[in-house]
Amino acid sequence: MKPESLAFSANASRALLDEDLKAALSHVKTGFVGKRLEAISVVPEWQQIREEAAALKNHVLDNLDHYLVAYEASVQRNGGHVHWASDGDELARVVVDICTQAGARTVAKGKTMVGEEADVNGALEAAGIEPIETDLGEYIIQLAKEPPSHIIAPAVHKTKEQVADLFHEHHQQYGLTERLIDRGALVNEARTVLREKFRVADVGITGANFLIAETGQHVLVTNEGNGDLTSNLPRVQIVVVGIEKVVPTLEDASSLLRLLARSATGQHFSNYTSLMSGPKREGDLDGPDAFHVVLVDNKRTEMLAGDLKEMLRCIRCGACMNHCPVYGSVGGHAYGWVYPGPMGSVVTPAIIGVEKAKDLPHACTLNGRCAEVCPMSIPLPKLLRRHRQTTFERGLQSANARYGLGLWAWAASRPKLYRGLTRMSVSLLSRLGRRRGHFRRLPFAGGWTQARDLPAPQGGSTFMSLYAQQRSAEEAGQ
Amino acid sequence: MSPETQTTPGTVGLFVTCLVDLQRPNVGFASIRLLEAAGCKVVVPESQTCCGQPAYNSGDNASAQRIARNVIEAFEGLDHVVAPSGSCAGMIREHFPELFEGDAEWQPRAQALAERTHELTSFLIDVLGADPAQLIPDTARFDGIVTYHDSCSGLRELGIKEQPRALLASVTGLDLKEMDDTEVCCGFGGTFCVKYPDISERMVSDKAALVKATGAGAVLGGDMGCLLNIAGRLSRLDQDVRVYHVAEVLAGMTDVAPIGAVNNAIADNGKANEGTRR
Repeated sequence: MKPESLAFSANASRALLDEDLKAALSHVKTGFVGKRLEAISVVPEWQQIREEAAALKNHVLDNLDHYLVAYEASVQRNGGHVHWASDGDELARVVVDICTQAGARTVAKGKTMVGEEADVNGALEAAGIEPIETDLGEYIIQLAKEPPSHIIAPAVHKTKEQVADLFHEHHQQYGLTERLIDRGALVNEARTVLREKFRVADVGITGANFLIAETGQHVLVTNEGNGDLTSNLPRVQIVVVGIEKVVPTLEDASSLLRLLARSATGQHFSNYTSLMSGPKREGDLDGPDAFHVVLVDNKRTEMLAGDLKEMLRCIRCGACMNHCPVYGSVGGHAYGWVYPGPMGSVVTPAIIGVEKAKDLPHACTLNGRCAEVCPMSIPLPKLLRRHRQTTFERGLQSANARYGLGLWAWAASRPKLYRGLTRMSVSLLSRLGRRRGHFRRLPFAGGWTQARDLPAPQGGSTFMSLYAQQRSAEEAGQ
Repeated sequence: MSPETQTTPGTVGLFVTCLVDLQRPNVGFASIRLLEAAGCKVVVPESQTCCGQPAYNSGDNASAQRIARNVIEAFEGLDHVVAPSGSCAGMIREHFPELFEGDAEWQPRAQALAERTHELTSFLIDVLGADPAQLIPDTARFDGIVTYHDSCSGLRELGIKEQPRALLASVTGLDLKEMDDTEVCCGFGGTFCVKYPDISERMVSDKAALVKATGAGAVLGGDMGCLLNIAGRLSRLDQDVRVYHVAEVLAGMTDVAPIGAVNNAIADNGKANEGTRR
């Protein structure tokens, strides 16, 4: 998708006025935060699993070339094809080529965020091929012509009523003319429509949660079973996946699976955890005739070589955004690209360039709740600070911020001058604010006073000068 | 409690923090009172200004280093450094050593300072092992329901959660009632609150509503940044909730007006600033 991250501030301000969005986002807290806590509370070894998982991923990242080549060989042994895509454009090209060669008219798609990086749907449509999203959330936003706003719950920004309206509008063509509002009924309606789409799709495209180097299998986690239908029913199967998703063995994947669902949705295990490998073998009852994997770099090797390597441990659970108060306030669309929330604010600038996403690393209070809940112990605030350093070094911060900060920093490293300046301003503000105890408005403080009063300084002067006065009074008294 | 009855905890350098220096001297004096009650000798190095966090969090590491070197020099040689702020103590403890990574001269000095630096309530409980019942003066009376906001840096960088609560339990009349989501950020975030005022407004409004929902007459916390933010929002909403730094309550120094408010009885007498001196 086309990045709109530069408009973060404006997008966020608009999102804050959207009452439907506010109602929808309140479910993130009730639906994800509480359930995660409940799920991990019965796993006493949680911290130990986290540590082992981080160590495992660190090992993989240190030997990524080895495991990727091993995975490629295993896939080929199973009769599958491996493609390498260095960026989004190449990924889109490879996918369209495979679909065109297969004579595809419609493509069923399971959820793939990597596919969103490359706007695979747009590329397919441009080639005259109809992509059909089969994950319920993705299906909803495809109808609404919107990008996902969350990495595991792409339509989390939609209320039930908005979904009812969308289905009512788009499903009449299938003879489904009643506007249903009950959650279960809406799910059933989508199921009815999608079942037929699965049946006719020529190609199925999914992402993958883990790639197993030893066996050439991939692990796909869903709650709706759409991933299995997408993988097994069409003639041709394509898996698009980031290169960081490889792990050595099935055992390794299983320890990461212990973290994934609990962190994501608060389930102990997702409804469907499927292991798949290669095309249909002789004697198999179902499965695709042809199997392709596209391994996507799209700046991941740059992250690996640079100082954002730890971000590649991410298993895309979404816990960081579920617990982020900024995400919870503005929702995912404000971030303007595929990945929102804390992980998005690290990944997006890394992939599309800091210049095109300079706000994202700053739109964070560094409160650290994301890192606290991250199952892979990714130090998200530290990585956001690294991006902030880049925005500072490249002069990408606003002139006000740079000069204001520069002036303050200059004074703060000159204690005597700083003391004098602060004493003067504090005594002035103290006098001005004495009657009410706070200011409703002050020059140069609009950012603060827009939403809150500015408390007036309490003591009449700075602590340092009051303390000095007290000390000299004490000495004089002795 | 007289200092002679216990082993001396040594000399503590008070890192005042820029917000206490500028906004709330009473917190500095309250910190001194608590530290002295715990038997410490307190000094206040004159050349301190700020911990450098605004620069560090803006990606300006060169300025952050310059300010950090000033802090390191000002506090070298003291037994402990104590700050009435989890955020500033966290900056010194967690980030100073990172800031000087690879600097053979300053990294060890930063590391040494980091190891001796503590947030106030954590120092009293974790380092000194103070008995709250003995430490808190009888004059520390605070009647009614209060709620406590856990500031993010203190909570997540320094593990400050139980320490202020353990101390508050010894304050006469005080009834602590926890708010929902007390561990969720108030939306201050340093420069965040002025760079993204709309988002910050939503976050601090949520926090103000949670405070209000407890029915508490006062909200306490350990960091002036958060407290100014919460007090400012409550004041804008005309909510009658008093805001104090936890040190003021613990030291029995709540005779000054709450943050952002005026203490009418005192102000009318033209003595609004009394009580800052002991």
